[in-house]
Amino acid sequence: MRSPFRLSDPKRGRDLADAIRILAPPEPFKIVHVCGTHEMAITRNGLRRFLPETVDLLEGPGCPVCVTPARDIDTAIEIARTGAIVCTFGDMMRVPGSETSLDGARSEGCDVRTVLSAADAVDVARQKSVEEVVFFAVGFETTAPTTAAILLDAPPPNFSVLLSHKQIPQAMAALLDLPNSRIGAYLAPGHVSTIIGTHGYWSWLASFRVPIVVGGFEPLDILYAIALILRQHRDGVPKIENAYPRAVSDRGNPAALALIARVYEVADVAWRGIGTIARSGFRLRDAFAPFDARSRFTLELPEEESEIPGCRCPDVLTARAVPTDCPLFATRCTPLSPVGPCMVGSEGACSIWFRYGGRKSL
Amino acid sequence: MKEEQRITGLHGAGGEVMGEFLAERVLPKFGDRSSGRIGLEALDDGATIDLPTGAELVVTTDSHVVKPIFFPGGNIGTLAAAGTINDLAVMGAKPLALTLAAVIEERFPIGDFERILDAFAEVLDTVRVPLACGDTKVMPPGDVDGIVLNTTGIGAASPAIGDASFSPGDRVIVTGSIGDHGMALLAAREEFRLATALASDVAALWPLIECALSVGGVRAMKDPTRGGLAAAMNEMARKAHLCLEIDEPSIPVKDSVGGMADLLGISPYEVANEGKAILIVDADHANGILDVLKAHPLGADAALIGTVTDEHPGRVILATAVGGRRFLDMPLGDPVPRIC
Amino acid sequence: MCLAAPARVIEVSERSAVVDYNGVRTTARLDALPDSVSPGDYVLIHTGFAIRRLSPEDGEETLRLFDELAKSLAEEARDDEETAGKPSTFDEGSQIRPPS
Repeated sequence: MRSPFRLSDPKRGRDLADAIRILAPPEPFKIVHVCGTHEMAITRNGLRRFLPETVDLLEGPGCPVCVTPARDIDTAIEIARTGAIVCTFGDMMRVPGSETSLDGARSEGCDVRTVLSAADAVDVARQKSVEEVVFFAVGFETTAPTTAAILLDAPPPNFSVLLSHKQIPQAMAALLDLPNSRIGAYLAPGHVSTIIGTHGYWSWLASFRVPIVVGGFEPLDILYAIALILRQHRDGVPKIENAYPRAVSDRGNPAALALIARVYEVADVAWRGIGTIARSGFRLRDAFAPFDARSRFTLELPEEESEIPGCRCPDVLTARAVPTDCPLFATRCTPLSPVGPCMVGSEGACSIWFRYGGRKSL
Repeated sequence: MKEEQRITGLHGAGGEVMGEFLAERVLPKFGDRSSGRIGLEALDDGATIDLPTGAELVVTTDSHVVKPIFFPGGNIGTLAAAGTINDLAVMGAKPLALTLAAVIEERFPIGDFERILDAFAEVLDTVRVPLACGDTKVMPPGDVDGIVLNTTGIGAASPAIGDASFSPGDRVIVTGSIGDHGMALLAAREEFRLATALASDVAALWPLIECALSVGGVRAMKDPTRGGLAAAMNEMARKAHLCLEIDEPSIPVKDSVGGMADLLGISPYEVANEGKAILIVDADHANGILDVLKAHPLGADAALIGTVTDEHPGRVILATAVGGRRFLDMPLGDPVPRIC
Repeated sequence: MCLAAPARVIEVSERSAVVDYNGVRTTARLDALPDSVSPGDYVLIHTGFAIRRLSPEDGEETLRLFDELAKSLAEEARDDEETAGKPSTFDEGSQIRPPS
């Protein structure tokens, strides 16, 4: 039985394209989204060709591949080198830390495994009861409750978590605070919003007075959200608007928010290429400290990656530069030999632009 | 209860044990078809192959290391036979004979080895192709992972058809649904805990291709195995320095393959197909070829999916369901599941 | 950061549900869901956990929202003569159609 939630018919695509054309701003206008899945949906469906000439749709720091600090990856690799089994999501396997990646560690002989769920990592720990099993927990508010849930579920003593979850509204605010940001509006991530609700953006973003529209992931969802952004811009009445009501409410998901509150405290954490953003991450509450991999393992970490001269990932990640502004783009830095995180994986802005021949769309 | 019989070093040692093993357990599976005057049963150092006059000889070789060895829809033996026959078929070559060499880890269950040979023989039977010769080697435990198969295929084509001799205006056809094998194998990975009725599409395609060739107008062919439809189409586009413009909604994809794709974040265009072919054909013959494909059980879901142009030479372009356009890229490596 | 699929609930137990997505079955944990679910409901699944209950009518409702917006903007534009000469940025002519 086919899913009733496929929203991609071409007639509505044309109708929403017309709506976007009608709302086209006369001057350059930059829309930023902060979700790897949004970037995949936009690129896979070829949606940028629906945009007027004046509108740019850029990806900000919305993908764990790009924003997990090299330090955290180094820590995961050193843990694997002690002989522990490290489990993480597929996205993280090829991201380079300061020296190598988790995939590189696996080639060395370390036991590094892809899991589809935090719960699967706990199952590995139950099966492999004599070995240490560590779950490298990356992701934003959509994923944070799942790690919290398994920690509340009496995991076995050989299990621990290397916590690296982050919160996105704080990063969205930090970007708006940067000089030269010129962000006109945000397309907010739909499934993060399922958890935090539209209310989750108020305290951090209301004062900036830019349009914020929560969008879904079907092609028509995204075109609809863009149309709403452009309408807010035209009317000069910025607000937080919900373009994904079937999956997002104002209050969010109280059960998921309760899981987060029970297990985590808010913490200042580093974002790769951006630096520390206040209160934008989590640490485990004292009651869960026994499951903190950072205290369970004594590690010697390699020298931290230094900034590579010329690499403009920090500017690309904060949507202040486009990939072709970077001198390393497509010369020293390519998808097969990436220098910075923006070129790694299929959703980094530079990786996408590279495949498009250095243009923003076909 | 008799303990399961396992391969030992003697089975590859060339002596009496190996001779008996071949005579009693292996040769009978490959029956009474002979490649030529000196065939498999002669157990000579080589075999002869009867060649039709005026044809081009086509040869192909492949090694097979698939894991898991047994998967929904077949096993490494099915894959080895079908894959080799398909390599010949997409060159336009009628398969004349196959060879089979096995490198087996000591302690490998003989019952499993026989199941693999049975599967290999069964595929040969469907296309009435003889096994010309074979070889067995046994390695100490740990020196090889289970079993590795190597095959050579020999065929005759009049003439052979490459993968790059097409022109703007030609049409692109796929012989059936895309992504079945790759997604079936991903679903079979126990640690993912996904249950589906998906099975590999592994099949020997020569009978289907033969029908298409009889219509005329086939300019190029390729089978989209490792790297999937995306890799095969990009290779064809690069070699010909032309563009393939593809209508994405026309690409046949089974519902559960699409379901797996959405759950794992892996594109069905980047995973292997083992019973499908891409045909690039002259526009005037396109509908005729499509009709004969669809009339054959192996081609029931065949579809016309695009056209050759010279707009972006070397690239593949997809027109998407909602009305967008994008490049379909050459995949970078083995696909991994995403959450982002 | 949001890969999630809307799957149909087949069977419910205490903490998890068997769900079906386009013919693929998997299990989803219910710890993060505030609502109870029954077979026939839809849930949004992210990394093996249900994060939202959906109903199939929501799909139709969403399409209605799209249509409303497109319609009201089209009406505004018709009333507004200034946009009459604006070139379309959506080039229908470059659409690929399969040969009939």
